[in-house]
Amino acid sequence: MQKLLLLGDEAIAQAAIDAGISGIYAYPGTPSTEITEYVQNSKEAKEKGIRSSWSANEKTAMEAALGMSYAGKRSMVCMKHVGLNVAADGFINSAITGVNGGMLVVAADDPSMHSSQNEQDSRFYGKFALIPILEPSNQQEAYDMVHYGFEISEKYKIPVMLRLTTRLAHSRAGVVIKEKKEQNKLKLPSNLTQFVLLPAIARRQYKDLLNNQNNFNKESDESGNNKYFEGKDKKLGIIACGLAYNYLMENYHDRIVPHPVLKISQYPLPKKLVEKICNECEEILVLEDGYPLVEELIKGFLSRGIIVKGRLDGTIPRDGELNPNIVAKSLGHKETRGNDIPSLVAPRPPSLCAGCPHIDSYLDLNQVLEEFTKGRVFADIGCYTLGALPPYNSINSTVDMGASITMAKGAADAGLVPSVAVIGDSTFAHSGITGLLDAVNDKSPITVFILDNATTAMTGGQGSAATGKIENICRGIGVEDEHIHILNPLKKHHEENMKIIQQELDYHGVSVIIPRRECIQTFGKKK
Amino acid sequence: MKKDIILAGVGGQGILSIAATIGFAAVDMGLHLKQAEVHGMSQRGGDVQSHLRISDKDIASDLIPYGKADMIISVEPMESLRYLPMLSPEGWVITNTKPFINISNYPDISELLKEIESLPRYIALDADKIAREIGSAKSANMVVLGASAPFLDIPYEKLEKAIEMLFGRKGESVVKANKNALKAGLEYSEKNK
Repeated sequence: MQKLLLLGDEAIAQAAIDAGISGIYAYPGTPSTEITEYVQNSKEAKEKGIRSSWSANEKTAMEAALGMSYAGKRSMVCMKHVGLNVAADGFINSAITGVNGGMLVVAADDPSMHSSQNEQDSRFYGKFALIPILEPSNQQEAYDMVHYGFEISEKYKIPVMLRLTTRLAHSRAGVVIKEKKEQNKLKLPSNLTQFVLLPAIARRQYKDLLNNQNNFNKESDESGNNKYFEGKDKKLGIIACGLAYNYLMENYHDRIVPHPVLKISQYPLPKKLVEKICNECEEILVLEDGYPLVEELIKGFLSRGIIVKGRLDGTIPRDGELNPNIVAKSLGHKETRGNDIPSLVAPRPPSLCAGCPHIDSYLDLNQVLEEFTKGRVFADIGCYTLGALPPYNSINSTVDMGASITMAKGAADAGLVPSVAVIGDSTFAHSGITGLLDAVNDKSPITVFILDNATTAMTGGQGSAATGKIENICRGIGVEDEHIHILNPLKKHHEENMKIIQQELDYHGVSVIIPRRECIQTFGKKK
Repeated sequence: MKKDIILAGVGGQGILSIAATIGFAAVDMGLHLKQAEVHGMSQRGGDVQSHLRISDKDIASDLIPYGKADMIISVEPMESLRYLPMLSPEGWVITNTKPFINISNYPDISELLKEIESLPRYIALDADKIAREIGSAKSANMVVLGASAPFLDIPYEKLEKAIEMLFGRKGESVVKANKNALKAGLEYSEKNK
């Protein structure tokens, strides 16, 4: 019995290799990045010919994974929670087409927003798509549930979601490895119209999905992933989802909880088990990381009947991730906090690295923009988002991947001229290109900075899909050649860079400026 | 046996190497382990922490509860104080005294040291200086680990073995530099605890 010390992310990756996937598809995003990186760095995966390079974005990843499943093989697609928004079209519809080879959709949520712009809960997406969701509470379960997920995916011909949160994704523990499974053979769907979502076919397929709900409910009640633990004190019953179960157990030294506990790691919610705990107990405490999904379901809109405590009644904070202390408080245990942080300890927010090319780009841009009123710079998702902080104070928006170009366009359409977009090379490849095409077609007066550091820097230096292709992409979608400029963002080029920026801000049309210098982190690693 | 350890520092200072070394030694001893790390945006020069839990029993939570940590091991003096709410009343703080200054409002270092010296149980050492003196300038993090070794309940040889396993790929000289750093830290701690 081999035991490996793995991050939650790595446990999922190793499990997928062992469960016989033929390919993994993903765009980097914290806290999901290490899943795909693990497969990319695995000698075993290489020997088995498992496909693993980065996709341009989560949508292309989702669709490619579905295509691999169409061809009969097992595939996995991984993303951070907001990545699922990008992939949502393919994701929701993959529940209607169903799958052929097993397909697992891994969504890594980031409650408390350690490295994200929101803390949306992917379980809602799984519920929306009407598919089974698995939510492991530890690394071993993460490993085991990947195997189980592929099994039920093939059994019911349905994509299965595996949801985890930052703490599990980035926490390490020992994992026991299972027997390895061979990859599936190439085998097309028995019905070659299964994936044709013409209305007539889609209606039929959708009925199949609805009819399958009973099976999914049955799996939730009987798979063993949801467990009922008896307890003598029935004044309170506790429903603990995923990681929350660990925080609950942390509060009992001998691991014996006096109350009945229902541990949830698989959805749809297990009806029989939920009924049992609600029938037995006077009050229900719901512990879940993320939104109060289970709490709302059990409480009901009018909250008549069962008394449910959790995030909605203030027993637990409405936002942010759980921890053992929050759970302790909800159980009425006493606070164990140590000394306060001495007042002289200053906050140390993340910042752009010394020598980062973005620093020079922002200093160039800031100075040129001094002659205009403030509030003209629409930025995007990446290290350069840190340009919002002092001393730069350079940007005025960060919303979603690619929104810099389109928001600058909208603001310019409204009369804010000049409007500036700032987007990284990888984000441009992910979701910037179509927005630029809109701007070109409308001749919107915007100046687009594509900060090209030749990598996906924020997530740790993964490849960038547009490296070496950026100017040609811009030209190809119609940006005029004389309005595409490549700058070298270095102090010694400050004056000439400012001149070019000034000139393009004066131009009443689409300009693209590409400050190009390698990320100081990836540069340092090569040395 | 149970040790709950907060590892603290600034992104890029090598706290994950400390975690990996203790982690390897703990697993080698057949102990249970959970270790929560920080990845992503905070790694860009921000404060980072890792919760490292080792025990001879099953471990429930990936996060250490407030007031329950047995020690804070910090590679930076201000960061050692940031996690005091996590430390148990009997806990130790083992910290480097060499500041990493990447913010404009970094406090006065002598005030910081006074604050550290007011703690009931601490080891404070200039790990950067010690590492330089023994010719292992890049191994200040291992000096700090060495200084925490007397409190870990892990045999010293196990830590050395972990260093061999983790750094072996980088060559004998790197292994030796790290082992020397570990030893220098241990010696400081033995003299000053």
